[in-house]
Amino acid sequence: MIRLEDVYKIYQMGENEVRAIDGITLEIRENEMAAIIGQSGSGKSTCMNIIGCLDVPTQGKYFLNGQDVSLMNDDELADFRGKTLGFIFQQYNLIPKLSVLENVELPLIYQGIPEKERIELAVRALEKVGIADKKLNMPSQLSGGQQQRVSIARALVGNPSIILADEPTGALDSRTGREVLEFLQSLNEEGNTIILITHDMGVAEKAKRIIRISDGKIVEDSGHSVPEQIEVKSYERTGSIKGAAAAAFGREGTA
Amino acid sequence: MNFKQSFRLAIKSLKASKMRAFLTMLGIIIGVASVIILVSLMNGLSQDMTSRFESMGTNTITVNVMGRGTNRTLSVDEVEQLVEDNPKYLDQYSPKVSASVTAKYDVNSVDTSVIGVNEYYDDMQSVVVSEGRFIQYIDTLRRLKICVIGTYEATELFGGADPIGETIKLNGSTYTVVGVLEETADSEESSADDVIYVPYTAATRLANSASIGTYYLTAVDTDRIEETMTIIENMMYSVFDDEDAYRVTSMSEMIDTVNEMTASIAMVLVGIAGISLVVGGIGIMNIMLVSVTERTREIGIRKSLGAKKKDIMRQFLIEAATTSSAGGVIGIVLGIGAAYGAGAVMDMTVAPSWNAVAIAFSVSVAIGMIFGYFPANKAAKMNPIDALRYD
Ligand SMILES: Nc1ncnc2c1ncn2[C@@H]1O[C@H](COP(=O)(O)OP(=O)(O)OP(=O)(O)O)[C@@H](O)[C@H]1O
Ligand SMILES: [Mg+2]
Repeated sequence: MIRLEDVYKIYQMGENEVRAIDGITLEIRENEMAAIIGQSGSGKSTCMNIIGCLDVPTQGKYFLNGQDVSLMNDDELADFRGKTLGFIFQQYNLIPKLSVLENVELPLIYQGIPEKERIELAVRALEKVGIADKKLNMPSQLSGGQQQRVSIARALVGNPSIILADEPTGALDSRTGREVLEFLQSLNEEGNTIILITHDMGVAEKAKRIIRISDGKIVEDSGHSVPEQIEVKSYERTGSIKGAAAAAFGREGTA
Repeated sequence: MNFKQSFRLAIKSLKASKMRAFLTMLGIIIGVASVIILVSLMNGLSQDMTSRFESMGTNTITVNVMGRGTNRTLSVDEVEQLVEDNPKYLDQYSPKVSASVTAKYDVNSVDTSVIGVNEYYDDMQSVVVSEGRFIQYIDTLRRLKICVIGTYEATELFGGADPIGETIKLNGSTYTVVGVLEETADSEESSADDVIYVPYTAATRLANSASIGTYYLTAVDTDRIEETMTIIENMMYSVFDDEDAYRVTSMSEMIDTVNEMTASIAMVLVGIAGISLVVGGIGIMNIMLVSVTERTREIGIRKSLGAKKKDIMRQFLIEAATTSSAGGVIGIVLGIGAAYGAGAVMDMTVAPSWNAVAIAFSVSVAIGMIFGYFPANKAAKMNPIDALRYD
């Protein structure tokens, strides 16, 4: 589903170059819940931005659902971001002058979904994160935890198969952070692929797979948490029964 | 992103910063308002002039004899003959002899113009006498020194007294007042009320010229004015044998000329006012660039949620167009208001043209789109990750 092949992201800073990603090869399967960990500046966000089609690698290939992303134009990438990917940011990134409901509607607007259906889906997503009663509030009227829930609802509303979360608990207290994590876990159980960035080992342990990055390279990978599906044989090292079951049945639950 | 949503957003951001929105729109407001004011006043002016000419009769044809290079003149008998020969085309005629005079009564005196005419003139030019009578055939025949005065002269020379039967001095010769005209222009100086009519036979003496340079003729049918003019021209050519020695003009021709003139003056003025629209467009471009920078992060968020280039583009373009069309609407309202205000103060007819309003509105929308294009394109081209990182 997600496959990076020898990917580099190099920034040229005058004389010296910064290798934010320095040759990463990585595969993440459908319905995995993977945590990317590493020190500050190790290249986690850069990696996720490439996975999220927000950034393009300097070198190397990236296949998303079997398609070569490097060959896509801006609009095709935008389409991918809108339909396949859902983002949860550390800073929530809600648009301050739009109400909670309008913020959640945004991905659907760009997919051209008619207003009535859009509002219905947005309200349902807000209900799912337990914040539907605030739908007419402005983001500034919500607490940090509530805003993060809104941003999760926004990430979910278009029913994307992959959810990318860059330090989703970073700005939250530990109890709220735990709630958010549990929510992500339940989404994973429903069949979503989740990639989570954190530098907190406690948070990472909630994921079934842990990928450690240092200086733009993968230095440790706990391995696939779900078996390869259908055609390709199972060469993976680990795999939980639960994950596999979710992989097999989960998509129907959310579809 | 659909139009409605973009429009709602644009209205929202206009409302959020009213002062800024107003300043942004100011150039457009001034531009549109001045275009509307100018068009309304010029339109009013041309309507005024047209109706003034029309009141002189659109069927009036003027013949001027310049007599250049020839001593031949056109006599009243020749003109009368022409009218009699063409009863299907020509109805009436009157010589017109103009002279500047000083009119005196008692110790009062005014400088004014005397017009020497015949007994048809009042009918031809819809001149109405309110007291006494107009000039008659016998007056011209006997070269009687009688006159019909305008209300300006009546008030200036006689105050409240009845002028009929009194004598006044025109350049020293004594004339008897036989009639007073109806007031048509508030008895103001140099208006239609400031005039003295005398028999043309008497006027030639006041004008110090034996020959008559101008004749008025009325056509029977306004629709056949061209043919009528041709008949007159043919006769004139047979008399003078030189096209430059005379001129035949019709009121309707003059109305056309005046309309053309006011239209081209209006074009120039509107063009000048249009510069302010361009300045307004630059103002919009400026503020849109600021707004794009301010909202870089928002653009990044939208792109991360699947917004395509054209979605971002449309959002900013609609915002620019909304801003400038709001300015356009305000400008139109202010412009019409100011035009009526100015019209009242300057005592001018005001005629806002709905065409001009429609054009002003579409031009202001277009200005927003044109000048909003550059900032919108800048926003649309932003790299999502750079935009997201911006703060
Ligand atoms: N636009 C850029 N220009 C130059 N260097 C950059 C740019 N973006 C990132 N980098 C560099 O790339 C490296 C990786 O950055 P990245 O943001 O991926 O780190 P991170 O692992 O997410 O760190 P953190 O945990 O602090 O968020 C850093 O050294 C950073 O300075
Ligand atoms: Mg980071």
